[in-house]
Amino acid sequence: MQEDYINIILADDDEDDRLFFTDAFDELRITTNVKTFNDGVYLMDYLNNEESIFPNVLFLDLNMPRKSGLECLKEIKQTDKFKDMAIAIYSTSASEEDIEKTFVMGANIYIKKPNDFKTLKKVLSEVVTINWQYHTNGLNKDNFLLRL
Amino acid sequence: MKLHLKFDFNAVCRKVLDEKLLEHNIKHKIIAFGEVELLEKLSEERLEAFSSDLNDYAIEIVENQKSILVQKIKDVIVDMVFNDDTSMNLKASAYLSDTLGHSYGYLSNLFSEVTYTSIENFIILQKIEHTKQLIINDNLSLTEIAFKLNYSSVAHLSTQFKNTTGITPSAFQRIITKRREFNQNQTN
Repeated sequence: MQEDYINIILADDDEDDRLFFTDAFDELRITTNVKTFNDGVYLMDYLNNEESIFPNVLFLDLNMPRKSGLECLKEIKQTDKFKDMAIAIYSTSASEEDIEKTFVMGANIYIKKPNDFKTLKKVLSEVVTINWQYHTNGLNKDNFLLRL
Repeated sequence: MKLHLKFDFNAVCRKVLDEKLLEHNIKHKIIAFGEVELLEKLSEERLEAFSSDLNDYAIEIVENQKSILVQKIKDVIVDMVFNDDTSMNLKASAYLSDTLGHSYGYLSNLFSEVTYTSIENFIILQKIEHTKQLIINDNLSLTEIAFKLNYSSVAHLSTQFKNTTGITPSAFQRIITKRREFNQNQTN
């Protein structure tokens, strides 16, 4: 009686990054359903639509035009119906300040975008596997912090 | 005003289960944690209704044999990690195969097949989860936690924490504290 795939969303304005991201998931053992959006406005429109399926993990790029990842994070954390979503920051920045700030604001995962495809696959696989453990074992999401 | 609560998960789950079974008028006997014997035959509809009611509490009826055994492995591990008894001194592999009556090789393969992770990793994950709880709720020092969870040294626990979560135990504590303050400021 378990759902057998994980729903994943990425919001990122960089087309190459979106492509690498979806390709990486195609090769993982866990079956995933990946959706991507070009910026925060498209993302929030989708999430706020009554009929949308919420992702198990949402990946947010920090720097996006129109609405940044930080603004999305803030909105999501203020909305009760999104509380079961794990949020991963997916950014080129690895500044300690960004990392701590987003964690404090409620992000669960912080990923510095890897430079090569092999590492990307490894990192995403780790995120999904650990998130799966939280998801299927009823672990406390408030304590879920992961930095890669 | 702020209340600090402590839960006995075992007792909570049992209570919920008992109340739900009564509510659905199902004659039953709760055998052990995560195991209920039904003393009457249930129709498909009643079982469905009962099952969906339990889902509200994130309680899931596990069906097939493999997932039942995997669930038992998980229960034994969680029990080992979260209850301070002497079973922690035993090797997990020996304890699991003794308790469940299968070879460790068999259990280990089955577990990896169903959960996408290994028994070893699952034990580490549970120990780190327990560590997080002890840091936050009980305010224990890392030295006390290392002793309680049978780590050979504080350094070992600290390294395992960092390897599993990517952050150090003290950074974890700082972030959670700041997050609480942040959330409080948001609601005020």
